[in-house]
This record gives sequence, C-alpha cells and structure tokens, in this order.
Amino acid sequence: MADTMTARDRARDRARAGAARAPADGRRLARRRKRRLAVVFVLPALLLLGALVVYPVLFSFGRSLFDADGDRFVGAGNYVAIVQDPATLKAIRNSAIWVVVAPTLLTGLGLMLAVLTEKVRWATAFKLVLFLPMAVSFLAAGIIFRLAYEQDPDRGVLNAAVVGVHDSFGDAAAYPTARAREGQGLTGSAGGPYSTEGTVRPGRSVSLGLIGVAPDAVPAAAKAAAAAAPATDGIGGVVYLDFAPGGAGVPGRIDAGENGLPGMTVEAVRDGRVAASTVSADDGSFRLTGLADGDYTVRLPAANFAAPYQGVNWLGPALVTPAIIGAYLWVWTGFAMVLIGAGLAAIPRDALEAARMDGASEGQIFRKITVPLLSPVLTVVFVTLVINVMKVFDLVYIIAPGPVQEEANVLATRMWLVSFGGGNDQGLGSALSVVLLLLVVPAMVFNIRRFRRSGA
Amino acid sequence: MRRPSTTTRRTAATASAALALALGATACGGTTGPASGGELSGQTVTVAGVWTGSEQQNFKKVLDAFTEKTGAKTVFVPSGDNVSTFVGSKIEGGNAPDVVMVPQVGVLQQFAKEGWLLPLSEQTARSAGSTLAPVWRNYGTVDGAYYGLYFKAAHKSTVWYAPEAFAQAGVNEPKSYADMLKAGRTLADSGRPAFAIAGEDGWTLTDWFENIYLSQAGPEKYDQLAQHRIKWTDESVVRALTTLGDLFKDKQLVAGGAQTALGTDFPTSVAQVFGPEPKAGMVYEGDFVGGVAKDQFGRKLGTDAKFFPFPAVDGGKAPVVSGGDAAVVLKDGKNGKAGMKLVEYLSGSEAAEVWARAGGFLSPNKEVGIAAYGDEITRGTADSLIAAGDSIRFDMSDQAPAAFGGTKGAGEWKLLQDFLRDPSDPQGTAAKLEAEAAKAYGN
Repeated sequence: MADTMTARDRARDRARAGAARAPADGRRLARRRKRRLAVVFVLPALLLLGALVVYPVLFSFGRSLFDADGDRFVGAGNYVAIVQDPATLKAIRNSAIWVVVAPTLLTGLGLMLAVLTEKVRWATAFKLVLFLPMAVSFLAAGIIFRLAYEQDPDRGVLNAAVVGVHDSFGDAAAYPTARAREGQGLTGSAGGPYSTEGTVRPGRSVSLGLIGVAPDAVPAAAKAAAAAAPATDGIGGVVYLDFAPGGAGVPGRIDAGENGLPGMTVEAVRDGRVAASTVSADDGSFRLTGLADGDYTVRLPAANFAAPYQGVNWLGPALVTPAIIGAYLWVWTGFAMVLIGAGLAAIPRDALEAARMDGASEGQIFRKITVPLLSPVLTVVFVTLVINVMKVFDLVYIIAPGPVQEEANVLATRMWLVSFGGGNDQGLGSALSVVLLLLVVPAMVFNIRRFRRSGA
Repeated sequence: MRRPSTTTRRTAATASAALALALGATACGGTTGPASGGELSGQTVTVAGVWTGSEQQNFKKVLDAFTEKTGAKTVFVPSGDNVSTFVGSKIEGGNAPDVVMVPQVGVLQQFAKEGWLLPLSEQTARSAGSTLAPVWRNYGTVDGAYYGLYFKAAHKSTVWYAPEAFAQAGVNEPKSYADMLKAGRTLADSGRPAFAIAGEDGWTLTDWFENIYLSQAGPEKYDQLAQHRIKWTDESVVRALTTLGDLFKDKQLVAGGAQTALGTDFPTSVAQVFGPEPKAGMVYEGDFVGGVAKDQFGRKLGTDAKFFPFPAVDGGKAPVVSGGDAAVVLKDGKNGKAGMKLVEYLSGSEAAEVWARAGGFLSPNKEVGIAAYGDEITRGTADSLIAAGDSIRFDMSDQAPAAFGGTKGAGEWKLLQDFLRDPSDPQGTAAKLEAEAAKAYGN
C-alpha cells in the first residue's frame, strides 16, 4: 500500500515540478513529515506482527532444517522424512479427507437448515438450540463424543441405540458362549453349528456335552441333566453342560452336578435336510420323533450360539475419522446455519416474489435464485471452515483412543505429537508446521482477496 | 508403563488436561509442622514428586516424621506428570526444589547428564549398600556416581485373579506359563474367559511382553534390549512375541476377543475381573491392581482378590519386573545440605516403615520389617520383591526414550496393540519394533 502511495505521489510531484518549483519544496517537506508520522503510527503494529507472526514463521522454517536436537543441519531431510513416514502420510491423507468432507457437509447442512428455519414458526428458538454446541469447548465436546461412541452399549449411547434397534428385530441366542468339548463326539467350528461326528439311527440316544457357559448364564429352570429314552421312530438324548463346578467331572460323561441346557434347538439331519426338530427340556433332554429308519446326524444349529450383536465399532480404525468429523459437525453446524441465515435475510425479496409470480416451484427458486444470490456468503463460510478444519486438533486428540490414534491423526495432531508428545523431534515438527502453513496460505489469500474486493 | 499410580487412568488425554487445572489449584503443597529445635531447625526442605491423592498424603507422613526428628520444615510440591519439564523450568526460574522423587530411570539419567544432581552423601551410599540389592543401586548410578536413592518400588509381575472363578473351574495357582494358559483354558471351559487385557492402554501390553522376555531370554538379554544393544529383530524377541501371540490369538484366553481388549482401559480390565459383572478370571498388572480392586470394587485382598507371581516361561526363572521412585538432590536447591539429610533419612528403614504402615507402598529396602505392611497381600508382594534380589529388572519401556516406550498411539505401545489385533506375524512385528526403536534411540 505504502509503496503505491509513494509512487503515485512521486509521479504527481514530477508533473507539477516544472510549474511551481519553489512552493513544491515546502510541500515536499510537509509530505515527507507526514510520511514519517505514518511510519511512527504503523511501527508498533509492525513490531508486534513481526515478533508474533513473522519471526516465529521464519524461526520454524529455520528449525525445520535441523535435526531433533537442533544442532545438526539436515537440509531437506525432515521434509523427506514427512514423505517417507507412513504415520505422517496417514495424517496428510486424513487432513485431506477432513478438508474435503467437513466444510462441504457443513455448508450444505447449514444452507439446508437456514432455508428451512426461515419457514418455521419457532425459528429463533430452533436456531438457538442448534447454535448452543458452539458454546461448548472442543475439549468438552470431545469428552462427550468419546463417551457417546463407546463400543459397550451400556456406556455408549450410539451403540445402545444401534443394538436396541437391531435386537428388536431378532432375539438374542440363548448360549452365545457355549461350544462343544473337543474330541467328545461333537464337531463344528466356533459359533456353531455343531453336529455329531458319527451318524445315529432311530431308537438310539445321544448325549451332547457343551462347555463354556458360565453358571449364571444357565437358565434358572435348568435341572440335573437326564437323557430321554428314545421312541422307536426317533432319537432321544440330552444336551448338557459338561463342566461340573470345581472342574470335578470327567469330560464326555454326565457327572453329578452337571445340568441340562434347556431351550436348545436340536435337529436330526439326513442328506442335508432337516428331518425333525425339537427344543430341549429343563433337564436338557430331547426327543426327535417321526423319523424313518436310516442314518441321521444330530445337529445343534448355529442360531443357538449366535454371539450377541456388538453394535458398530465407531472408534475402530475404519470409522474413527468419520466419527470425529461427526462430532465436528455437531459443534459447527450452528455457526454455518447462522451465517448463511444472515445472508438469506439480506436477499432481495422482490427477486423471490417475481420468480413466484412467474410460476417457479420452490425447488427451482432454491436452485436458481437463492443459491446463486447466496454464493458469496456460502464461499465465505466454506473458506473459513477450510481454514478452521486445517487446524482441528482437540477433537482428534481426545476422541481417538490410543490404539487408533495413528489412524485418526491429522497434520496438526501429528505435528504436536512429533514435537512434544513423546517424540521430541522439533525439527520434524517444524517441518510439519511449515507444510501446514503452506496448505493454509492459499485459503487465506483467497479470503483476503475476497474481503478486499467486497470492501472496494 | 509410565506412572504406576493407583488412581484410574481413564482417557489419559482428558485426565491430564483436568490434572493440569487441578495442579494449578493445588500447586502450593502444605508446609508441615513447626520446628521443634532439632539440628536442622529453621531450615526448609522442598520436595517435588508426581504423587497426588493418598500417595501424596502418605508421603507427607514420612516428611512429618523427618520434621519431628530433625526440626527442618518440609514442603511438598506436586510436579505433575512430566517431572523433567517441571524440574527444568524450576531450575531455570531459580526456584529449584531441594529433593525430587524421580519416577523413571531415563529421567534420572537425563538429570544426571544435564549436571543438575549432587552425588548422594557417603552415609546414604553406605546405608544403601547394605540395605538395597545392588540392582537398585545400579539404577541410581550414572557414570559411576550414585545420584538416586530408590525409596518406593512397584512390583509389576503379579497376576491377579478372582478366587471364586478359580474355585468354580477347579484350578490352582499355576507355577509355569504353560500351566497358566492351561488353567486359563479350563477357566474358559467353565464359562469365564481367562484374561482381561487392557489393550487400550499400551503400557499394559509392554508389561506383558517384558515379563515374558525377562523370564524367557534372561536378565542379560533384557538389559541389552533395554539399552538397544541388541536389535528387536533378535531371535529372542521373536520368540517372546510368539509366546505372547499364543495367548493373544486364543479366543478362550482373551476376554471378549482382541477387539474388546483393544477397547478396554486399565481400570475397566480390573473391573472385568473384580467388578460387579465379572467377565474374566484373571488380570495381569502390577501390585496396584490390588488397590483398585479394594478401593473401587470393595474386594477384600487375600480373600476376594488374590495374586500369584507371574510364572516362569519355558523353564526360565520367574520374572520380577519392577519400577520405582528415586530421591535425588538438586544442585540448585537452596537447602542442599538439609535435602541430603532428608535423603539419608529416606534410606533408613524407619522412613519406609512410616509409609508401609499407611499402605499403598513397597520398599526395596530389605531391612524394612515385613510386619510393617498392613495386609497379607502387600506382605506377599513385598516379600517377593525382596526375595527376587538382584534378578529384578526395571520396566523396559520406562528405560526407553519416551517416543518408543511411553507415547500413546506410537512406538512400542502402538505396535503391540497392532500385534494384539493380529498376532499372526511376530517376525513382522519385531521388524517394525526395531525400526521404531532405531529411530527413537538414534543408534
């Protein structure tokens, strides 16, 4: 600014020089004094900016050329390390996902909500509620979502909902932990189904021993195991818990203190078809009847052993970044909505009226009039969010549990971890911060350009 | 692990943030009792340490006893989790404490190398020589000078179990690692999975590895690996990882499977064994598990919660992995001489017995009367710690640079968590560990 000013002044000076040389000297003096005064006024701000912004940036850049201890010059070594370190590459990938997804979703959501809230009666109250999360610090929001995303449905509200919905469509299996005792006549892989090793003919009985059921997981009605005698056209037997308290029993035998497992579905299978099916009684006994003569396999179908639904592993390696972006949306939606709402209020009503008069549908009005008129505001919101997302730190740091922290890291968290969170490699950390700065600069320049244009 | 504190370690990040606030509020520790005219009356000794809560209160009892004896006033200053940063900034600010209780070997060495420490007095060295096993003196010695007196110890080779689960399954305390896995499988047969594993906290996994490695490969290899003089790709490391993997990959042994274990933090793992809805029969960690079981779940130690020493692996010696807090005297303290006296006092059995009576404490000093410990379980751990004598080894991850052995989501913590998720490739894990270690040790 100052440069163009002086250039212009000088040009003007030169133009007038010939006409009035003598008075020009006095005027030049006055102008020079003015300029000096301007410098004096600007100086404090320049000093502050220099000390707080320019110097640290230059220092970080210089530091990024040295190793962890800061006493060996490594040139671009740290920048090479960034490209080679898989953990840092993961952080760069995550930052890219964040920058693309979060501002887009937020601007879209904000636009939708702003347009919709304009039409509801309690708009202010609604906006207030949506804006409230902005008043919550990222730290607190992080703790809240860390709990909400917890895997255990007893603790994590999201999984409680997911499991609740899932379970209302199907009953949980009776014996999720049960499994066959190996080498005692039953085979099958973990989770069932389990079938008898050999075949059974009608008129015979089998005893099917299972283990891995905790005493308090056996239904209270269970009685001591007793085999049912088979009918001539059927197979009898018992399903029982082959583990006496204290481990006293003999594997494969029904010992004193071993209970039947009631409610277990038992099937007789021949040539891959279920010929008969029944459910075991309180003492674990069952009778499969109506069987023609032949060789059958007795099978305990997998449905008996289905593991309870665990819900979604929100904080697992695959979902952790989307989950944290979700938390970020919760905090920032109100901001986007309010800003876009303000822009919406400034749209000239007559344009909308005219369109309506011409018979445009609400959808057309939204697409062809509201959005184009709003586009300056939308861009500001979008770019502001991009800059904000670049530096997201607290949410990622708090929500991601230790085992998946690397999978959740973004540039800012990676930078901090590398420099201070144990690595103490401030050379590499500085290099990361320089990269981060370079990535933010285009967005900054864009925003400043816009401000200047709208100011002019 | 970093801090064998008995307090819960839930979501370390948030907790430490909260802690920072709390420390701001409580940063000025209390001054204890008036001087009673002893040899040091009128002097004030400032002691810094990481202890908070009941640990801090009990340590203050020791300081009170010192005051009573010598007349010196004592002030305890909590340092927060990061002792090295704390002490560094205090020295720079010209306000250094006289005595610091240092919780990690690596930090002690760092202090000594920075030239911040005074060698301990002749008398302390003599009394340490007769009461501490040489290994404890070695951990306090840097470049031939004796700087750190180990005052408080932790026993990190205890496997805790619910006696009712063992009774139900009909198993006894195992004597070998193979027996332990066998007992675990019987436990699973009885319907209670064997181990609660706190996979969300990486330090519990490093402790698992260290116990197996110490027993299987022996103390010499352990020391070499701790100093990174042998590579992590060494055959002994692969073997220990394979042994650990045998446990990790067995669905019957890991409660809820690896996925659940990775979402379980340390307090939760104790709750899975001793809480109201038990989901596992055993939990391995240090002696502080007992404290959590007792304080949080009302278990009576010795009847409702018991432990057995981590059993020997493959015919080796049963491991005793340990840790501890060492007292060091700072050069820049204002009352170095009185500080020396305090450390001399701490080296005697009298000081240790004060804390032992208060509970939550183990002393490496073999002259501390076993009767001073409040309960049978603590006596058991203290006994085993002293009996291990010179075969004790310090927590390896505590000796490593923090980037490798002490950072959430990085280095050894992260790699062992990945190994818990998929234990199929010990060789590959060893290679990755070596890559990280080489980076962190810089050799």
